[in-house]
Amino acid sequence: MSDKPLPEDYLSYPLRRYGMDHDRYDWSILPQRKPVVWPQRARVALWVVPALEWFPLNMAGVPFKPPGAMQTAYPDLRHYTLRDYGNRVGIFRIMEVLGAHRIAATVAVNAAVTLRYPALLQRCLQLGWEVIANGLDMDHLHHGGLDVQQEAHWIAQTLEILRQASGQPVRGWLSPAKSESFKTLDLLGQAGLDYVCDWVNDDMPYTLRTEGGPTVAMPHPVDMDDYTILVNNHHTEDDFRDQLIDHFDVLYRESSADNGRIMAISLHPWVIGQPYRIAALEQALAHIMKHRGVWPATGSQILDAWRGQHP
Amino acid sequence: MSALPTRRDPGFYDYLPYDQRPVIRWPGGARVAFWVAPNVEFYELNPPRNPARAPWARPAPDVLNYSYRDYGNRTGFWRMLDVMKRCNMRGSVSLNVALCEHHPEVIRACADEGWEFYSHGTYNTRYLMGMDPSQERAVIQDSIDTIKRHTGQKLDGWLAPALTYTPNTMDLVAAMGLTYVCDLFHDDQPGPVKVKQGRLTSIPYSLEMNDTIVYNVNLVSPRRYGDILKRQFDRLYAEGERSGTVMCIPLHPYLIGQPYRLAAFEEALDYITRHGKVWLATGREIAHYFNEHYHAAFTAAAHPVGEAP
Repeated sequence: MSDKPLPEDYLSYPLRRYGMDHDRYDWSILPQRKPVVWPQRARVALWVVPALEWFPLNMAGVPFKPPGAMQTAYPDLRHYTLRDYGNRVGIFRIMEVLGAHRIAATVAVNAAVTLRYPALLQRCLQLGWEVIANGLDMDHLHHGGLDVQQEAHWIAQTLEILRQASGQPVRGWLSPAKSESFKTLDLLGQAGLDYVCDWVNDDMPYTLRTEGGPTVAMPHPVDMDDYTILVNNHHTEDDFRDQLIDHFDVLYRESSADNGRIMAISLHPWVIGQPYRIAALEQALAHIMKHRGVWPATGSQILDAWRGQHP
Repeated sequence: MSALPTRRDPGFYDYLPYDQRPVIRWPGGARVAFWVAPNVEFYELNPPRNPARAPWARPAPDVLNYSYRDYGNRTGFWRMLDVMKRCNMRGSVSLNVALCEHHPEVIRACADEGWEFYSHGTYNTRYLMGMDPSQERAVIQDSIDTIKRHTGQKLDGWLAPALTYTPNTMDLVAAMGLTYVCDLFHDDQPGPVKVKQGRLTSIPYSLEMNDTIVYNVNLVSPRRYGDILKRQFDRLYAEGERSGTVMCIPLHPYLIGQPYRLAAFEEALDYITRHGKVWLATGREIAHYFNEHYHAAFTAAAHPVGEAP
């Protein structure tokens, strides 16, 4: 290690001020906010977000390997095909489980998936699911080192492919691996996205400032997520079920007809869609759906209800 | 005379076997001095880089990890605060002091409950490694002044920001009037720290019970964390009949305040605080009681550390 002291600016704090150290959103305390009343005065909006992902076999992993990336030397057939398992089999188990409770999912789709497997997208549309954008594929990460023109092009291309294939407006965006550059939000605002799912700092929506006008951060989780709990944390299926249940119970207790909450569940069909795991989702949803005042909703439905009261 | 501090041994303490110590009796006949230390932190989105450590796992801007931390102040803290109030438990806030400027509402909420504030550096993204003594003194003075100005409290305790140090950290905090540190993990009882100037005590803080280690490193489930907390307490409560012990639960609102982790924590905290012979204390109270009653006796009873080959 060097014996030179740190430069002077290491002890200077130009952004030490009230609120945040950036201008993307305002500092705001959840329990002190104006409450939201959901349609039919529901207490908890249930937002289920499966992701349809494609991990190219020769992925570069720039600037880092996203969760689910290839692991071995080329060709890593086992991870490549296991990710594809989600699109061929796993997602259909999720459809069955959600269908039993008439829950319409919000599906976050890599544009590549809709071109590779048009039948899968059609099936999602038939079920009345909302399509949101999840970038081009899992090897097109948005990050600080990305050229801004390049990034704008990726966003435009993603939206064009998904809007064309789905016939939906595609109002929501989830960056692959929740990775952004300093410009991503501006580009998404300019592209007219109504909501973004990358930030995990809240349980409720809030307004983000962009150069293209305001957009909304939706509370899409990183840890109420099958990949995090089952793959990354190595918890059992019963543990996953219990965590979903405990999460819901706390939100339900906190909520009222005059103060709605959102229970968001992020799913990866190649994880939760395995035969030995799917019951965890089934059992947790059975617990959640037996409560009065649960409103299964899509991202746009939640957003519109919230925006109507937070203009 | 113990071996002098070297690169291979910092020489912070003498050796004192667990079963051959002056007996600690806590106030009110308590067996365990129990304290809860919420780390109320501010992480910067794009801080200047310290050559010894990158602030974030991902290249800037790491919106995922930044926003995960920010959850603590917007959302998780308030849930954790409610649990602490329901269990009648005061916190000893391990504070990134810049949070006084960024989020004074959080500071006020803690002060309203009579919580203690001690320093966890300026920001959790500014590390001490590489600082010369004058720079490190400036950071400590910033903490002393900021906590005094915003809370009226005298700064007594120290937990280095993100557990980053220089070889001078202990001497500097003691010389500047602080009385306890949470950075040493060698014991279940308080103990003297050997410093050039001042009187400094190490009080047990515990990484084993720390929700960051439990959740981010060991990746355990919330209900298992509740079980770990109860097991730790049961043993320290039993041993505390012979001589008083200390149990700390270090928390991070961005972790413990997640809805799916809250209930298991509340159950464990309720279990602990319902026991009769527990002193529900703050870090400062434990350190001062120890300093007044046992610091000299522990120092006198300790064995010098021999010279390793």
